[in-house]
Amino acid sequence: MQLNANIPGGPLEEKWDRHRFDLKLVNPANKRKFEIIVIGTGLAGGSASASLAELGYHVKTFCIQDSPRRAHSIAAQGGINAAKNYQNDGDSIWRLFYDTIKGGDFRSREANVYRLAQLSNNIIDHCVAQGIPFARDYGGLLDNRSFGGAQVSRTFYARGQTGQQLLLGAYGALMRQVAAGNVKMFPRREMLDLVIVNDQARGVVVRNLITGEIESYAADAVIITSGGYGNIYYLSTNAESSNVGACFRAYKRGALFANPCFTQIHPTCIPHTGDHQSKLTLMSESLRNDGRVWVPRHTGDIREPQDIPESDRFYYLEEKYPSFGNLVPRDVASRNAKDQCDAGRGVGLTRCAVYLDFSDAIQRDGRDVITKKYGNLFEMYERISDETPYEVPMMIFPASHYTMGGLWVDYNLMSNIPGLFVLGEANFSDHGANRLGASALMQGLADGYFIIPYTIGGYFAGTALDPVTTDHAAFDEAVKKDRIKIDKLMSIQGKRTVDNISRELGKIMWEYCGMSRNAEGLEKALESIQNLRAEFWENVIVPGTDRDYNKSLEKAGRLADSLEFAETMVFDALKRDESCGSHFRTEFQTEDGEAKRDDENFCHVSIWEYQGQDKRPAFHKEPLTFENVELSQRSYK
Amino acid sequence: MKKLPKTINITLRVWRQQGHESKGRFENIPVKDVSVHMSFIELLDSINERLTLDGKDPIAFDNDCREGICGTCGTVVNGRAHGPEKATTLCQLHMRKFSDGDTIIVEPFRARAFKLVKDLVVDRSALDKVIQAGGYISVNTGGSPDANALPIAQEIADKAMDAAACIGCGACVAACPSASAMLFVSAKISQLALLPQGRPEAAKRAVSMVRVMDGCGFGNCSNHRECENTCPKEISIVNIARLNREFIKASLASEE
Repeated sequence: MQLNANIPGGPLEEKWDRHRFDLKLVNPANKRKFEIIVIGTGLAGGSASASLAELGYHVKTFCIQDSPRRAHSIAAQGGINAAKNYQNDGDSIWRLFYDTIKGGDFRSREANVYRLAQLSNNIIDHCVAQGIPFARDYGGLLDNRSFGGAQVSRTFYARGQTGQQLLLGAYGALMRQVAAGNVKMFPRREMLDLVIVNDQARGVVVRNLITGEIESYAADAVIITSGGYGNIYYLSTNAESSNVGACFRAYKRGALFANPCFTQIHPTCIPHTGDHQSKLTLMSESLRNDGRVWVPRHTGDIREPQDIPESDRFYYLEEKYPSFGNLVPRDVASRNAKDQCDAGRGVGLTRCAVYLDFSDAIQRDGRDVITKKYGNLFEMYERISDETPYEVPMMIFPASHYTMGGLWVDYNLMSNIPGLFVLGEANFSDHGANRLGASALMQGLADGYFIIPYTIGGYFAGTALDPVTTDHAAFDEAVKKDRIKIDKLMSIQGKRTVDNISRELGKIMWEYCGMSRNAEGLEKALESIQNLRAEFWENVIVPGTDRDYNKSLEKAGRLADSLEFAETMVFDALKRDESCGSHFRTEFQTEDGEAKRDDENFCHVSIWEYQGQDKRPAFHKEPLTFENVELSQRSYK
Repeated sequence: MKKLPKTINITLRVWRQQGHESKGRFENIPVKDVSVHMSFIELLDSINERLTLDGKDPIAFDNDCREGICGTCGTVVNGRAHGPEKATTLCQLHMRKFSDGDTIIVEPFRARAFKLVKDLVVDRSALDKVIQAGGYISVNTGGSPDANALPIAQEIADKAMDAAACIGCGACVAACPSASAMLFVSAKISQLALLPQGRPEAAKRAVSMVRVMDGCGFGNCSNHRECENTCPKEISIVNIARLNREFIKASLASEE
């Protein structure tokens, strides 16, 4: 397979400018002749729908929720990075670019990441113009904070609700275009299939989640912005309806999937209390600035934390990583927490937690200072756990949070299927093997506000598109296929609920394809997934009817996808015989227990091509070349 | 540390209704051994697991983020939208707030503007319609001035953020005796009216959003303050006063 990332020539700093000039333009009067479908209304989908409609395109936007304002971008707390250098502390576009490339452990494209850093500044300007109430200092200028271990203060924030405010900004812009008649909004719709005509993406098949009807929509291009697949793990921080479905259905139609094994685990989530639990709530990582992480030194020590003397406490991060201590990166902190719990030193109800203790900080700085810094987080923790971190150590545990892998796209954010574009978390483009804090919001909005409006124009201007309507046989074929699948799901009437099977899949993935993996475990996972998939198709029970609001049926369809996609993740993790970023293969580590990259053999994007049911996908590589940065190895000792 | 019982037994008295044209009724579902660490949504999950295995139709309810920010969940629990705990959405309400032996009454958000979909699910798209009428600043992508070109006093930015915290769940409407959406509408109008970027359209926005709000079948504000009391994000009714000021100013100045 010939893959072309279409990266423009010239010096890094000039690539995007040159490319924008080289892209052909669509005459303003002609824009209204093009129909675009957008799947998803998070930061990427909301911003793309709005800015494309502003240009005059006709947009049809679909979301799974009852309103486009509810997409899971809304739950992002921390902030959004930009290279404004308002703090005069040495930040620059180059530094943000470099930090992002290095943070991704040199597994992303230089050209894409540089463009992201460039656009970061436009995003902040636009969002302020939209009326987003970012935090400000006493002089009325925008405030910044340092985030996720960055050495400069480049993160803009709106209290602990930055994602909410940015999403509501994009939602407002989208609603304005709905009112103007340029966007037609279809809430409570789930994409079931991508429709390809003459090798071009020309439409989608969706299910109306209220009536159960299967509906067809045709267009000149399709944009998928449906987010990541973190929900495949047991207890992620994702929302209930976050799922891989739209991407996976496109993959089954020939879109390539890149780096599926690159998934991020967040270290500071509130631990679960039992099998009834459906998700974990994330708390800002900033807690690790003042909290000390520890577990009882001896396994099986079930004393209350206050009864465990200092000598019996194991401050494992401080002991193992004396220079970074509790501030080691997300993946290192997460992995170590799980290791301690696996070794029998876990605490709390399920013994799947470690302490994050603020007593020293409170003693040192006083309760008021700590309240000022973390008051809202302590409140949130207390509401969920019924314990106050002022008096007893907080408990934390890692959870799946973000997925760097996604559908493969070129520099134009177009997949290998002409006319299928993929934005935001749904694509693989910018974060390599690990995403930095406060960069997800940046990427979603860069893709939607500032990249797709240009690149989709280049596609339309340079492509011959025959008229296609939903009468085309390809729509009929897709609808029939989806109908058969739904009928099958409804007819099994077995003995295990969707949630029950989903939990088992999640545990397999968490155990064997989570924050540390090895070949033996991954092989075991493959077998378990295959067995579970077979059981699902024989023994799942979906209640009710398919012509109605039926959450169980929705979830069953998504689980069917996950049971196939999980294998692709495992194949990818098995194929990458190195450790990099979030992908930690225990066979490949330095003497210090750090990720050991193999740049000679694995400096590439791993790309998977669907080959049919129960067949191993085909593997392709996109080599990564670094002309502007030197590949370095990280160390946190 | 407080020591609580680990499990309680309760009876859920829950509203069941197939669709907005069918007749609804309460159904009593006794539930044993409910972990007090469960959230209310997880209680509904566990009941639905059992109903499913018993061959019955699960209770339909909306939810998504399960961390109190998306605004998808919401039912009336014991007469209160989102249940008894102050400043808390249903998904963050935990069973430790209930006692052994309780009967818990669960109903959908009821309002003329919210058509019932099924059981506890209602259609809140009227709230989107109100936002379409002007809940934004009319700025196209691109061409915005530098973000720091326009200083905004911290106090003003903070007040705007207080209003902007609304999650659009509709609890204020469900709590209001007149099913008014004034708190929701005023939160957006306040956020944008407070900020200098939002001033140019302030008058038009107030008139247009209020007109659409009325057209959607929401009632009038009657100063019961139930909305403020119920709001999981503690949006203040000061915003309603601000909306009224903006609306009156706009109406007086209007030449229409």
